[in-house]
Amino acid sequence: MSASTVNPVGSRGPARDPRVAAMLSRRRQRRNMVAAGLCMAATTVGLALLALILATLLWLGAGGVHWSVFAHSTRPPGSGGGLLNAIVGSLIQTGLGTVIGTPIGLLVGTYLSEYAGNSRLGGAVRFVSDVLLSAPSILIGLFVYAVLVNPFNGFSGIAGSVALAVIVIPIVVRTTEDMLRLIPVSLREAAVALGAPKWKSIVFVCYRAALDGIATGVLLAIARVAGETAPLLFTSLGNLNWSTSLTQPMASLPVTIYQYAGSAFDDWVQLAWVGALLITFGVLALNILARVVLRPRV
Amino acid sequence: MDDPTVSSTAAPPLTGARKMPLRRAGSGAVGDRVFAALAYAAGMLVLVLLGGIILSLLIGGLPAFRAFGPHFLVDANWDPVQQQYGAAVPIYGTLITSVLALLIAVPLAFGIAFWLTELAPAWLRRPVGTAVELLAAVPSIIYGMWGFFMIVPFMSSYVQPFVIDGLADVPVLSDLFQGPPFGTGIATAALILAVMVIPFIAATMRDVFQTVPAVFKESAYGVGCTTWEVMRSIVIPYTRVSVMGGIMLGLGRALGETMAVTFVIGNTNRISPSLFGPGNTIASLVALEFPESPAGSLKLASLLALGFILFVISFIVLAISRLLLRPRAGA
Repeated sequence: MSASTVNPVGSRGPARDPRVAAMLSRRRQRRNMVAAGLCMAATTVGLALLALILATLLWLGAGGVHWSVFAHSTRPPGSGGGLLNAIVGSLIQTGLGTVIGTPIGLLVGTYLSEYAGNSRLGGAVRFVSDVLLSAPSILIGLFVYAVLVNPFNGFSGIAGSVALAVIVIPIVVRTTEDMLRLIPVSLREAAVALGAPKWKSIVFVCYRAALDGIATGVLLAIARVAGETAPLLFTSLGNLNWSTSLTQPMASLPVTIYQYAGSAFDDWVQLAWVGALLITFGVLALNILARVVLRPRV
Repeated sequence: MDDPTVSSTAAPPLTGARKMPLRRAGSGAVGDRVFAALAYAAGMLVLVLLGGIILSLLIGGLPAFRAFGPHFLVDANWDPVQQQYGAAVPIYGTLITSVLALLIAVPLAFGIAFWLTELAPAWLRRPVGTAVELLAAVPSIIYGMWGFFMIVPFMSSYVQPFVIDGLADVPVLSDLFQGPPFGTGIATAALILAVMVIPFIAATMRDVFQTVPAVFKESAYGVGCTTWEVMRSIVIPYTRVSVMGGIMLGLGRALGETMAVTFVIGNTNRISPSLFGPGNTIASLVALEFPESPAGSLKLASLLALGFILFVISFIVLAISRLLLRPRAGA
């Protein structure tokens, strides 16, 4: 923090001439105004983009929302049809992925916060979990394809759920560890002083105290995987027929949007916009809900 | 430090009831051991997952690495008829779109973060910050669709003809921006990627800007600095390393982005000198070609090998980002 950068007057020393001083001050103020204006513009651009995306979805998607979308499965172009199988498939896979991923993530977060301390192994787990958090989801799809789809002869809903679970885990790990670390040591000491073994003090005292934070993590994880497309392409594949069998290929909203948006049929493209509208507002609603849940803590 | 040991050894004779505490301690110890083992196993599972991802991609890609050798990395062919596959074009596409995206995204993200930490009125900080975070929550398939139906026509009818004509006489730039205005291509993909990574970079920057001790900023304001001067001379030098970490995090996101890019990049397997030309990225090529790659084929092996390369690139970028974002030991 050298003086020359803090003081734009530089090595010439303080401007004793009041006119020079005023000029310099004006120049600095002007520069400040320009920077502030540009930053404001950047923020406006960011907000405008969000508004533009939501407006596009409403404009092109809302017109197609009709009871038949929720009543019928996907059908060949020109014969009506809806998104029921895709919606149900998405709910099943997202739900199952969350159910598989959450306990694992919770335990990993507990391990990092309560057991690993500053050990090297704990550091490695934390680092790997953070890398998985940002790793390209398409690679997780390829991994599950290689492990579950290829050897067991077929795309399946369960493979899709596992791929989503792998995405859920690091999100839950991050929030669980952060939330458990916020809990004061005195609370743990109080539990131990009452004679509770460590696991009881974690499960009945720490988890309960961190519940809203952990719930936030789970909600964010659900919101994240509900819109995932790439990993499902290689695992549950998508299915144009009604199917809730976990061992068969399963439809999902994002994959159906992908297939329909690129098609040449107007009614399919329309359905894709409806699907996009549903999934976006669902995901954003979950995000806002998660923030409301966390709010008292921040 | 001595007191607990003294009292614990002294406690049993004092209380007299030895049996109860012992039994309790015993049952707690079993529960403790089980719970600790579970937590430990879950922690190890995370390591196994990463190892599994690396190994499955490596083993799956082995036939391609074996068939083409190191030449795979520099070969620009992708020819299913001749069974000749190379990774040069998708690697180039991945890197160029991500870097271009950062060039667009970083200034905007910086502006947003600066505005949110220093300039915004307090009552606007939270809603605007949340809105920017929501931009990150929009699924990538939505960005793809939006890009395909909105940005691509906009680029092809307004931006590209204008830029191509405008730069036709400028020596280097005319080569960089030439060709028919399809709307799709490298530049459009970079634009969409930029929109997608802005919220990640902005959120990280905002968080690290907030770590600057208030007393530093107040001292600068105290000697008469403007807000911009405080930013430039205090906040940026203090957070330089973490800001780089945030940018690398955005780069990591951009490298592996699949659906949005697949919609708008044009999906052509050649290296185009023009930024308006079509191309592909590792992720978009894998997503597109996978359905036409039967299990056990050399093509599928090549796709998995590409996945392995993408993993290595993003792992390095994300690892650097983590190292830079690590909380400093002194602070």
